[in-house]
Amino acid sequence: MALTKTQFGYRRHPDQDRAGADIAEHAVVVVGAGPIGLSLAIDLAQRGQSVVLLDDADRIGEGSRAICFSKRSLEFWDRLGIGQRMVDKGVVWSVGKIFHGESQLYQFNLLPEEGHKRPAFINLQQFYAEAYLVDRVEELPAIDLRWRNKVTGLEPRNDGVVLTIQTPDSAYRLAAQYVVACDGARSSLRQMVGAEFAGQVFEDQFLIADVKMTAAFPTERWFWFDPPFHAGRSALLHKQPDDIWRIDLQLNRFSDPAVEKLPENVRPRIARMLGHDKFEFEWISLYKFQCRRMGKFIHGRVIFAGDAAHQVSPFGARGANSGLEDAENLAWKLDRVLRGTSPEPLLDSYHIERSAAADENIRESTRSTDFMAPNSHQEARLRKAVLSLAKETEFGKRMVNGGRLSTPSIYETPLSTADGDSWDGGPRPGASMPDAPVAGQGGEPIYLTDAFIAAGTGFTLLEFSNGAAAERPDGLGTIRIGGQGGLSDAAGLAARRYDAEPGTAYLLRPDGYVAARFRHPTRAALDAALARAAGHI
Amino acid sequence: MALSTRSNFAKPDDAFRAIVEAHHGLNDEQSADLDAALVLILANHIGDLDVLKEAIALAAQRMLSASQQQQQQQQ
Ligand SMILES: Cc1cc2nc3c(=O)[nH]c(=O)nc-3n(C[C@H](O)[C@H](O)[C@H](O)COP(=O)(O)OP(=O)(O)OC[C@H]3O[C@@H](n4cnc5c(N)ncnc54)[C@H](O)[C@@H]3O)c2cc1C
Repeated sequence: MALTKTQFGYRRHPDQDRAGADIAEHAVVVVGAGPIGLSLAIDLAQRGQSVVLLDDADRIGEGSRAICFSKRSLEFWDRLGIGQRMVDKGVVWSVGKIFHGESQLYQFNLLPEEGHKRPAFINLQQFYAEAYLVDRVEELPAIDLRWRNKVTGLEPRNDGVVLTIQTPDSAYRLAAQYVVACDGARSSLRQMVGAEFAGQVFEDQFLIADVKMTAAFPTERWFWFDPPFHAGRSALLHKQPDDIWRIDLQLNRFSDPAVEKLPENVRPRIARMLGHDKFEFEWISLYKFQCRRMGKFIHGRVIFAGDAAHQVSPFGARGANSGLEDAENLAWKLDRVLRGTSPEPLLDSYHIERSAAADENIRESTRSTDFMAPNSHQEARLRKAVLSLAKETEFGKRMVNGGRLSTPSIYETPLSTADGDSWDGGPRPGASMPDAPVAGQGGEPIYLTDAFIAAGTGFTLLEFSNGAAAERPDGLGTIRIGGQGGLSDAAGLAARRYDAEPGTAYLLRPDGYVAARFRHPTRAALDAALARAAGHI
Repeated sequence: MALSTRSNFAKPDDAFRAIVEAHHGLNDEQSADLDAALVLILANHIGDLDVLKEAIALAAQRMLSASQQQQQQQQ
């Protein structure tokens, strides 16, 4: 941790010296420098927007929070210029094992195929991710990150918002065309706009311990139902960098948190789990989990993202990962609306796409949590049947739910152009682009996700060349596979993953989702798909 | 495919007896466990969520008519 900066200083900003009605005006203010606010600010800044980023603290919080970051999040962070740093520090994994009692029920591999730049997951303490994001923010002069700036008031206007901000000096006011609230699960901005946050609270408590030990366990996710060391409940063991291991233990509904948290009570249980007591505690915390979301993610000129908009239980690693998908979804849309290259209703698609994703994440993580902690006698009975059938049958194994890990949603969205041609595979409109290994002109191996970054930050056409020089809309980035000057797809994996033939083209949105695809695109069809994806229809 | 409620067994009595006999010697708790496993095995064999939902709805009608009857008796 020595090399990671986690403590920052408050600095007075000239905006604070403006008096009365003469307040500073900014295009975008992002509230909350957690993983979501930081990533969103970087994306916006890389698109040329100036961003004011406010956080009420002046340090990166430690403690046990997110550890599993998904392939999709890493691909997003690659676009922000910090993916490699995350992967270098993180622990790469893709295999999970599920145990029942003493025996292994089954194992899964989340990324069974080769030829992807990024692994299915890395484990990395959330504070490292945040620290690396802050380092990146500091490289970007367009982001004005103000620590110890707490938003305490919000006045909606037709064409913007006026915020009241408390600082160690005094309060000041700031006007913004748009405010993005990334202020976490207890969002005060959500309360300020008067929105509700409805959902389910799970009664079971979970004890989360991060312990330090050097151990020869494999880098896999191990999940137990009813383990010998923790009878009748579930347990999870997961490796993090720096020889830290994450342990989740399900507790009984009625256990007393104060008692459960005492190291002298936790230690023997974990010693039984690990088979030795050569470990030190870094953190012990108790959690009760909730699954809930806002009805609308957009309230006038205040847009909600991350935990402020939706909260899930952590089984499935859908919290930060889905918040990062919010950020990548919103950044390009907000940028276009601010520039006037897209009409304001483009932003509605943010709510449509990401609230449906939130529903999916809530559904998945609720099912996992319910499977771990059945709500009725009969639910427990059915779970028992599944666990015992899993020993003998394939279908039983697949019904065992020890957490379904985060994958990007497929959007049903007005921005997509429905398929007109016939396809046997490949990502359909609304799906995120799959990666594939290709080679550059000099034969150097790269990935499609690298080529996507090189093609610019706008819409991109991924073309599988058939030799013909086709007419293309202006301002479109291109990735050409095959033909003169194109990338080579020697192994044919790109063609296979996109169900491509010579002539096939995919129109990719700036967030790397498919907007439309064609066997033989015409200029008119591309223009129409582009207009639709940019919110002009 | 919709839920089939035609008689599908050549000898329905054999099927009924097979299920009854599977419960012989079991207490209520064990019987319920057996049923739970059986339901899951058969549901997977059917492998069609719409059919499963129709079957659940048909089965659940009994609970509905039982509670309606109770209400009528109370009135
Ligand atoms: C035990 C546990 C394990 C988890 N594991 C995973 C996992 O493996 N993978 C995963 O993807 N997710 C996981 N999560 C979820 C993840 O931690 C959250 O989803 C994530 O932190 C959300 O990020 P955020 O930026 O939306 O909010 P936060 O991280 O909560 O950040 C909000 C920021 O806003 C600031 N703020 C709040 N109010 C104001 C205000 N009024 N003015 C200014 N600033 C303000 C706060 O100081 C804070 O910095 C886990 C969570 C827990 C508790």
